[in-house]
Amino acid sequence: MKTIVNTWALLLLTLFLTACSDNADDPVSLEANPLEGFNLLSRINSNNHTLEVYSEASQLTVGYNELYLRIRDQATDTYLSNADITWMPVMHMADMDHSCPRSLLSPTENASVYKGFAVFQMPGNAEEYWDLTLNYQLDGQSFSVTEQIDVREPADALKRVNVFMGSDGTRYVLAMMPLTPAVAVNDFSAMLFEMETMMSFPVVEDHVIKIDPRMPGMGNHSSPNNEDLAFDPLTTRYRGKLSLTMTGYWRINLMLQNANGDVLKGEPITETNENSSLYFELEF
Amino acid sequence: MDASFVVRPWQVMPFGPGSITVVGLLLFSLLMHGPVQAQDTGIVIATDSILPVTLDEVILIASYRRALEHGAQQKPLSTLDAYLESSRKVSMVKRGAYAWEPMLNDMGSNRLSVTIDGMRIFGACTDVMDPITSYVDVSNLSEVHVASGQQGAEHGSVIGGAIDMRLEKSNFGPDGWTASVETGGETNNAARILGGELNYSDDRFYVDSDIVYRKADNYVAGGGEEVAFSQFEKYNLSANAGYKVSEGQKLLASLIIDEARDVGYPALPMDVSLARAFIGSATWVQQRFIGGFVDWETKLYANSVTHIMDDSQRPDVPVRMDMPGWSDTYGYFSQARLPMGDHQLLLKLDGFYNRSLAEMTMYPNNPDESEMFMLTWPDVRTLNNALYAEEKWSFDKSTLSLATRLALQKFHVADALGLNSLRIFYPEMAERQTRFLKSVSAQYHTGLKPFRLNGGLSYGERAPTVSEGFGFYLFNSFDNHDYIGSPGLKNEKAVELTARLTYPHEKFDISLEGNYFHTIDYVIGQVYPELSAMTIGADGVKIYENLRYANLYNVSLDSRYQLSPELTWTGVVSYHRGTDQDRHNLPFISPLSYSSMLQYSQNKLNASLSMKGAAAQVDYNPEFGEDQTEAYTVFSFAAGTTFTINDHDLNVKAGVENIFDKYYSTYADWNNIPRMGRNFFMTLSYAVN
Repeated sequence: MKTIVNTWALLLLTLFLTACSDNADDPVSLEANPLEGFNLLSRINSNNHTLEVYSEASQLTVGYNELYLRIRDQATDTYLSNADITWMPVMHMADMDHSCPRSLLSPTENASVYKGFAVFQMPGNAEEYWDLTLNYQLDGQSFSVTEQIDVREPADALKRVNVFMGSDGTRYVLAMMPLTPAVAVNDFSAMLFEMETMMSFPVVEDHVIKIDPRMPGMGNHSSPNNEDLAFDPLTTRYRGKLSLTMTGYWRINLMLQNANGDVLKGEPITETNENSSLYFELEF
Repeated sequence: MDASFVVRPWQVMPFGPGSITVVGLLLFSLLMHGPVQAQDTGIVIATDSILPVTLDEVILIASYRRALEHGAQQKPLSTLDAYLESSRKVSMVKRGAYAWEPMLNDMGSNRLSVTIDGMRIFGACTDVMDPITSYVDVSNLSEVHVASGQQGAEHGSVIGGAIDMRLEKSNFGPDGWTASVETGGETNNAARILGGELNYSDDRFYVDSDIVYRKADNYVAGGGEEVAFSQFEKYNLSANAGYKVSEGQKLLASLIIDEARDVGYPALPMDVSLARAFIGSATWVQQRFIGGFVDWETKLYANSVTHIMDDSQRPDVPVRMDMPGWSDTYGYFSQARLPMGDHQLLLKLDGFYNRSLAEMTMYPNNPDESEMFMLTWPDVRTLNNALYAEEKWSFDKSTLSLATRLALQKFHVADALGLNSLRIFYPEMAERQTRFLKSVSAQYHTGLKPFRLNGGLSYGERAPTVSEGFGFYLFNSFDNHDYIGSPGLKNEKAVELTARLTYPHEKFDISLEGNYFHTIDYVIGQVYPELSAMTIGADGVKIYENLRYANLYNVSLDSRYQLSPELTWTGVVSYHRGTDQDRHNLPFISPLSYSSMLQYSQNKLNASLSMKGAAAQVDYNPEFGEDQTEAYTVFSFAAGTTFTINDHDLNVKAGVENIFDKYYSTYADWNNIPRMGRNFFMTLSYAVN
């Protein structure tokens, strides 16, 4: 009896697997989809190409966004490698245009998948919007396409990016790296950019980001053994440790210091000062 | 060896316990009384005529089945806590009217073993709101054995001693069916108590069952102030049975279900909506064992405790929170005795496995925010296995007892969230740890006419408790600090000296007893000013640490005087002192205290007038939330008699406690909550034989 059941199971499994492969007459999908599980946020048709923008998130949101790009040749229905791509997100405000901190787009292990990040400082709205310009070269031929993109406040409305003027007169953008918080010591990192021009946001090195996590819902208490964020040249991120002693809403109060120890932004938490003007928020 | 273990029933020595007061208290003596002879009072020294070497104290909890003893209790239907408090050695920390925490030699639950018929049970409350004594009722028990220091090592690896509560059993007596009903009431907190028992016993089989229900409203302190949130309600059901498989072979089983609801803790910021325990065991007793071993007893047991703290009844809290806790224990022991002429050996193997888990969920005032959740006990699994051996020699006029306990204790933090929480403080903390615990003790007793002298020298170790080792932000409302456990704590080790000199006489006896604990690596919370308190309103955070050492002394003097065949006076005076290596005072050390009782007993009539009090607490420690507790003296009176109606006994007892309605609190009252003011009580017991 047991044997029969096993045989049936094997048979069904074989049928099922065979059925799957039968469907796979598309040569591209024969290989495992390198972006399996990612969300397709945007599909831009231009120049007989389809540019696909993917993210782990389901939406472009204010803060740090890691994005993946593929170029599909509409004629051959294949994904193209070896493209030389640059990108430029631009916010069109009523009185000015500006870009945002971003990385270069570079190929991943899979040469047809390009990866980069952008830190959106603000969401689009009815009058103001972001668009994304992609310039790419294929076989010596240059292409360009611009498409409006939808950037929103994150659904939880928690603060993940700060745009501010430091006491040194420089405009900074400070973005929290995505974090799945746990009751534990968390690896915590952030990126700091200087707004050099409206369109140029180089990474700022060798500052210190002091952290003071607090729970405003529970007496504004803190947690022990946090580690301030220090610059890591390898990743160009600021890295430290964040201790979360319980679940709930945490406000990570911050102070930005330059290499000389001058405080550029943020205030210490004291009896009379419950929070810093520079902060991130977490809730879990 | 614990004398009580070897020979039962006890032979109660006519001299009593207590110590007392020779001079100073004699002044009071007309008013005083005290624990007296066993049959009359409740408290006796456990000795037996063969090997009187240990200094156990036995608190008799007489059921109405034993009418004589029952009638002699000052307040027969009082809570177990009140019985324990009447003991010479045990003091009780109070956080309300219910679930007091026993202390022995000025040491609390963490340094004691509290067992029921030898079964280990651990409370499920991170704030010690459910000492094990709160999960039994007097209706379950026949007596409580209190063994000081390493004399309690038979029950566990302890420093302060052991309290073993013995269940009442018919034990194959030829009683047939017996039943009784008992009811009582108290005026101060409108306490109503209703209980009953139904038993059957013959020479092959017995089954005992009992039930008790207690409900009390808020009590009123001396002077008339109502103590809010001091109400409680509980019931307790128990059954135990025995079957004689053959002559010399018995199978026993017991089950206790105890449930308290709506228990207020006026000294704490939270109450308890539910505290429930299931306690069960099966025991095999065999008279003859392999070789020359006799009295082989093997018990398997399991118990499960649920404790739900909540603040839903409190009108004004900064943040609502729930704090449930669970503690499950499975254990065994197997022991046998080997008599060898003038000496005998006791061997005991025992072990337990405990799982302690407690959570805290805080509900933010902003309803859009997520709940705040933490594990306050991170699912700690404790496995302890031990060998206890005790050898006793009887010489011409003296006895010597040597005992040792060797235990292997393992901790495992089983919950990942809990482990990661603790690793915030201790990044290198291991998930598991093993500790080896040792205890050795020597007790000597000799008669030096006209005196008797007992002396002992011991060494013992204990592992940290779950709270001390693994607790996470446990709020202590006494010193107003959050406590963090420390998994790397060293074992606490104590060298202990005890001595007791007794002068027994037909009508008068007096004894002086003292002990000294030099505790190395004494575990206590130390303030870490850089840490931020989690609890709203707390002053800071303490982490459990080992002090280099601490010293504790306890000295007591007790005496008994038989004024006439009917009239007995007893009294006790005790002095306690505890300091750390820098001579700072340890917290929760009793000031000079005294008690005295004058007791009258003739035929079926009995009465007692008692007094107890303490001097002002001179040596206190403000860092632990203590302030100077003022001196107090309170008086109580009780009288009772037994009527016989159709061959059945009706026992009536009535009395008044705190006669002068004194407003007072003791050093052991959490946050100085006042004790009960004047209280009239009455109990009726009707026994059907």
